[in-house]
Amino acid sequence: MEHIELFFKSIFIDNMVFATFLGMCSYLAVSKKVSTAVGLGAAVIFVLAITVPLNWLLDQYILQPGALAWLGAEFIDYDLSFLSFIMFIATIATMVQLVEIVVEKFSPGLYNSLGIFLPLIAVNCAILGGSLFMQSREIATLGLAFNYGVSSGIGWFLAILAIAAIREKIRYSNVPPALRGLGITFIITGLMAIGFMSFGGMLTGGDEEAKDDKKTVQVESIQNVSEDLKNDTEKELANNTKVNE
Amino acid sequence: MGLLSKKDTKLITDPLADNNPITIQVLGICSALAITAELEASIVMSISVLFVLGVGNVVVSLMRNIIPSKIRIIVQLVVVATLVIIVDLVLKAFAYELSKTLSVFVGLIITNCIIMGRFEAFALGNGPWKSFLDGIGNAAGYGVILIIVGFFRELFGSGTLLGFPVLGDPIEKTGLYATGYENNGFMLLSPMALIVVGVIIWVQRTKNKELVED
Repeated sequence: MEHIELFFKSIFIDNMVFATFLGMCSYLAVSKKVSTAVGLGAAVIFVLAITVPLNWLLDQYILQPGALAWLGAEFIDYDLSFLSFIMFIATIATMVQLVEIVVEKFSPGLYNSLGIFLPLIAVNCAILGGSLFMQSREIATLGLAFNYGVSSGIGWFLAILAIAAIREKIRYSNVPPALRGLGITFIITGLMAIGFMSFGGMLTGGDEEAKDDKKTVQVESIQNVSEDLKNDTEKELANNTKVNE
Repeated sequence: MGLLSKKDTKLITDPLADNNPITIQVLGICSALAITAELEASIVMSISVLFVLGVGNVVVSLMRNIIPSKIRIIVQLVVVATLVIIVDLVLKAFAYELSKTLSVFVGLIITNCIIMGRFEAFALGNGPWKSFLDGIGNAAGYGVILIIVGFFRELFGSGTLLGFPVLGDPIEKTGLYATGYENNGFMLLSPMALIVVGVIIWVQRTKNKELVED
């Protein structure tokens, strides 16, 4: 349940592009054609799926306050969290380089489709953003971290695919000259972001118990309100009678 | 301008308008959009980027002859990351509330494309003084857009500027609110940042026809 919730939440509600504007630079620069957009999107999913769990391990066992406890009691007081930026970005840059080499060696086909995008990705804010959000949202387990990486990658993929499809079509429309290209892309992305906001209510249902709790709370509050109202009306009545007297 | 030659002045003034990093070069959009709901956050973000880009450009430019070109990206990332850690710690020490609002976006200065873009395009091929001016100029161009967006979003969204109410009190119905004006809460939501930047680009390109794409 936890996994499914996180999965849909990171794809739709906290969509990297539409809710937090991560990876906008490459989103705008590489979305002129659907085929290249698919390539970059796939590469982002791939790299996020590797770097987020890896950085989760780093965060959990090296960076967090008290994370060094496994080295012995005298290390418990260490807090290396100020190093997290530099550690995360170094991991990402190294992993991207490593993935590029491995993919080139073992799967030339995949390399040809992802190849040119991989180096670009090291400086894509979506990747570092994924790790930083993973840290600040305190994701609990390694499995959830992997899930978070994959699903936010899918969210990014969907966004760039959608905008690329729209941009291919919009070439045939009569856009005001000054808005052509970048301007209209911004405004369309804004409109799409408004559309994605409607997913916000998707996960507020919760499970049965939570619902029951809410209901009782509501009932109580209504009772309180009605009691208040009663008191008020009684007071008013009293006041009125006084005035009348 | 005794200190700066004509060429040097151009390095600073060019990015402010005709070669603006956000509206023309399309660099550094992510942070420009996410933190501009308040003017104060926009200003602090601009200053942070000004510091990181100015100092970073000088450092990379000084090291440009000793960095092996194959690992230059990692070297550049380490330089930026170090500077960003300094900014982050300073913010946490002196403006804790604000650093909470900016949350991960201070860290994301590392991957702000403006910074890598200027390192690659300018600092690797020019001397420290010129790189410094280029860094300041580009960061200022970035800051200008950030402050414009932040200004409009805060003014129309919550009727305040830097936290001070300028349009009157929305609850007491004083000032402009007495005439029936309402805050547009929509301006505070993230999609409006995109649309505001889109409109800025529109205005800029209407004024300067040379920038229009085909």
